Amino acid sequence: MMIRDTSAGYGVPTRVLHWGMAVAILGMYVLGLWMVDLNYYSPYYQLAPDIHRSIGMVLLTLLLGRFLWRIVNDKPDDSELSTMERTAARVVHWGFYPLLLALMISGYLMSTADGRAIEVFDWFSVPAIIENKGMEKPAGAAHALLAHLTILLVIVHALAALKHQFYDRSGVLGRMWSGSSSNR
Amino acid sequence: MRLTTATLALVAAVLAAPAVQAADYVIDTARAHASINFRIKHLGFSWLTGRFDKFNGTFTFDEAKPEASSVKVEIDPSSINTNHAERDNHLRGKDFLDTSAFPKASFESTSVKLDGDKAKITGNLTLHGVTKEVTIDATRIAGGPDPWGNHREGFTGTTNLRLKDFGINFDLGPASEVVELALEVEGVRQ
Repeated sequence: MMIRDTSAGYGVPTRVLHWGMAVAILGMYVLGLWMVDLNYYSPYYQLAPDIHRSIGMVLLTLLLGRFLWRIVNDKPDDSELSTMERTAARVVHWGFYPLLLALMISGYLMSTADGRAIEVFDWFSVPAIIENKGMEKPAGAAHALLAHLTILLVIVHALAALKHQFYDRSGVLGRMWSGSSSNR
Repeated sequence: MRLTTATLALVAAVLAAPAVQAADYVIDTARAHASINFRIKHLGFSWLTGRFDKFNGTFTFDEAKPEASSVKVEIDPSSINTNHAERDNHLRGKDFLDTSAFPKASFESTSVKLDGDKAKITGNLTLHGVTKEVTIDATRIAGGPDPWGNHREGFTGTTNLRLKDFGINFDLGPASEVVELALEVEGVRQ
């Protein structure tokens, strides 16, 4: 079992983090859009935001861990890409980190603006660092905008991966799924 | 020519007279001796309270001619504060005040009727883009000089609003269709 990322492919931690966070982030987007339209008498009116906040705090931890893991590991060989493709891939890949970080921080600032902590699954609570009533307004607007931007970047990233997989036949999906690119 | 000038002067004096008598007051939001508070039932169990933190206004008041009084207030609805950040964002959003579409709320009186030290202040309230006539039951608490050389007048008032009347249709339940406003107003004479 490959742990570290090498020039040949991605190790297990990277792959688990990639697909786990992909599912969680897409789920959070759908959950977020759904929960803000719930009616007051819905059984999920309180539960859905509780889950959204909890997963968000877990994702923030995973994001920081993933960033550290990324910078201490090699990047798989991407010499099959053109210079322009390689630059675009780097912008998209590295773009996810600040975008997701800003997305999660804006959500945290919105929910903690009144000084309340965020309860994570009745497991632990994340205290408010900055109590600044009124901050929830710009933080909330930023949270919605950053969520849409994240999904936009996800779409660009997924389309690019599918292009490399099925048009260029460079096996990038296999590299992220099973660890190595099967047709190389 | 002489006559014309005298007539003009007389007309000007008559026109100016009411403005001199009815003193103008600025509501003391600068030092926060005024507040716009509200409360609404939560599921019929209890009262939830909140307020609008940002507003400004003026009124005219003449003790000798109180019926000539008037009041005008502008409110920033996005300054709503119920001491819960996420709820306040919800209240600012499309389900309630939709403050990005309707960034201003206001009240402008049209008549003041007196009944002892109580008054009924009728006027147009604009909220959520809907203008509707409301009547505020008001009481003059006191007026007089303050310790710093100004003259102050203080009032308290209440009125009830049906949310649906202002196009706010989010269903909070049958016990929560009416919001009670409690207005505390102190003005400094200019």
